[in-house]
Amino acid sequence: MARRRIERLLNLQMCLMATSRFLSVEEIGRLVDGYDPSDDPDADAAFRRMFERDKEELRDLGIPLEVGSNSAFEPEAGYRIRRGDYELPDIALDPDEAAALSVAAQLWTSNRFATASATALRKLAAGGAEIRPVPTGFEPRVDATEPAFLPCLEAVRSRRAVRFPYRKVEQDGATERHVQPWGVVSWRGRWYLVGHDLDRGAARCFRLSRIPGKVVAFGPVAAFTVPGGVDLRSMVASTEPPARATTARLLVRPDSGHTLRRAALRSARPADDEPGSTDPTGRTDRSEPIRPAGPEPAGPVGDLLEIGYNDLDRLARWIVGHGPDVVVIDPPELRDEVIRRLKATAAAHPATGPEGRPGTGYPVEIGA
Amino acid sequence: MTTATERLTRLLALVPWLRARPGVYVADAAREFGITERQLREDLELLWVCGLPGGSPGDLIDISYEGDQVTVVDPQTLERPLRLTADEAMTLVVAAKALAHVRSSTERDALDRARHKLEAAVAVPLGGVEVALDRPVDDAVLTDLRAAITGSRRVHLRYVVWGRDELTERDVDPMRVLYQDGRWYLEGWCHSAAGMRMFRVDRITGLRVLDVPAAPPPDAVPRDTTGGVYRPSPSDVRVVLALSAAARWVTDYYPAESVAPGEDGGLLLTVRAADPSWVRRLVLGLGGHARIVEPPELVEEVHGAAIQALAAYESPL
Repeated sequence: MARRRIERLLNLQMCLMATSRFLSVEEIGRLVDGYDPSDDPDADAAFRRMFERDKEELRDLGIPLEVGSNSAFEPEAGYRIRRGDYELPDIALDPDEAAALSVAAQLWTSNRFATASATALRKLAAGGAEIRPVPTGFEPRVDATEPAFLPCLEAVRSRRAVRFPYRKVEQDGATERHVQPWGVVSWRGRWYLVGHDLDRGAARCFRLSRIPGKVVAFGPVAAFTVPGGVDLRSMVASTEPPARATTARLLVRPDSGHTLRRAALRSARPADDEPGSTDPTGRTDRSEPIRPAGPEPAGPVGDLLEIGYNDLDRLARWIVGHGPDVVVIDPPELRDEVIRRLKATAAAHPATGPEGRPGTGYPVEIGA
Repeated sequence: MTTATERLTRLLALVPWLRARPGVYVADAAREFGITERQLREDLELLWVCGLPGGSPGDLIDISYEGDQVTVVDPQTLERPLRLTADEAMTLVVAAKALAHVRSSTERDALDRARHKLEAAVAVPLGGVEVALDRPVDDAVLTDLRAAITGSRRVHLRYVVWGRDELTERDVDPMRVLYQDGRWYLEGWCHSAAGMRMFRVDRITGLRVLDVPAAPPPDAVPRDTTGGVYRPSPSDVRVVLALSAAARWVTDYYPAESVAPGEDGGLLLTVRAADPSWVRRLVLGLGGHARIVEPPELVEEVHGAAIQALAAYESPL
């Protein structure tokens, strides 16, 4: 946009804000520097098109243009901007509040919201707040780059139903879903749409990254209200498994299984030759000097860990990832699952012979 | 937003900003608005000719210069900034709420007060978006790290390298704590590695703030993490995995170089790994739902690890 257009838009804003009456398009054309109204019908039509575009531009910036007429006798609607609608109200931010907001504003990394929050800060500063972003070395960052994000947000704001293709994680294809959107939530770094699933007749969460196509709004706006008491965050969080219910006992080789140790409830050496050398809770010990990472006594026995879990598959996956360093003592169902996984992994990765010949795959049958 | 819209938005904020700070230096104003001094002067020149209908000097925006200092004498109708748009208000309110969850109580208090003032002042509905930042497993680690960064102290870390299942000890000059893609990271100069390193905060199992000033080399700077925390290097090992349909979720959690359709509804996932030991762990754990296609050495390694592990279940405990 040329400099002249920006000048014209500024003049238009000032003209509409200075007037207390509604100004007709014709009056605006005469008053605002930059317009060139004419008696010639073609030129006049060009001017009116130009004004239409300018009007939309101002509205896109968030400038509230009021439409109305000064009396019942004026056939044509006019425009004005009311100071009270336009101006940022006085938000008296204390210095610590302004500082806190300037850090918070850096949360967003995706373009649209990073720009929006930077603009918001400048507006607050223009309103008199002393906002001085200081580098704090503390940088929470949230992205919102999924294509589904903006249409979902629009639909949430206008309370309009949406339809979109949704792919379940284990499938290639997508099925169409129809949802009254209540909100979008970022949880563990991922975005979800939460709403009432019209096909299932129940509340559901959808991961935005699994919407492979367009989100289309349908039906009227303000078509529904979000039920009172709905807590979006906890709805997404509740898709996570509940608290730990079962305890597993594991034998862990010395100086290995470090992440398991951290999660373990309790750990002790069966040989009991070096009591207390392993931090049993996995918590950070800040009062004691850190134990040197020298070699620990090696031997057939390892450390006994007790670890609470609620998701057997998840724990089995974690344990099997350690290979021979972690052995399940009980419960039997965990032990069986671990053995099953090890066998399946071995079978999927056949050994090759010394000359590169394919081996026999999984060689021996091992009883559980 | 087009550059023109951006400029107009800036001008509408610039006039009241200058108005509230008579005699402000051009350089300070330019920095505040993220533009060059030259751009700022161009903005001022543009504003100079704008004003109310009539166009006589008293109708125009009046700006006075004194050397490098600038004062808005008459802002016309631009005395106050434009109210916040829905996006602008939302970004601040949601961010303040998200951060309040993970900050210390005094900061939380300031964030909450600021948020309530914003919410009371904006006339647009702000619901519908929420960002939940996880608290780290150990809040104290985060608190200590932040104190170390603020006070420019070196820290001693006990850190688990997950891929190699190795407990390491190292001195680090912390530079920033980052939360991205749902995880907390520490980035800093690692004296053991003599390089910049990114550590996952949940794998720090011990932390001591040392009474030693942090002294990273002057050219050590945090890297740009816009595209993600992990940045594969061309020299990394290329690993191709065949995932079954049940293991497709893996692509949501590990940075992929490419993903292609595989057999029976599965996927063919290509990743780059500086040290492929984490891939070995992943594949072992997936129990046959992931198969290494290449490199062959890794196939061998996985086979060996599985056979060894099974042997432990043969002998009595």
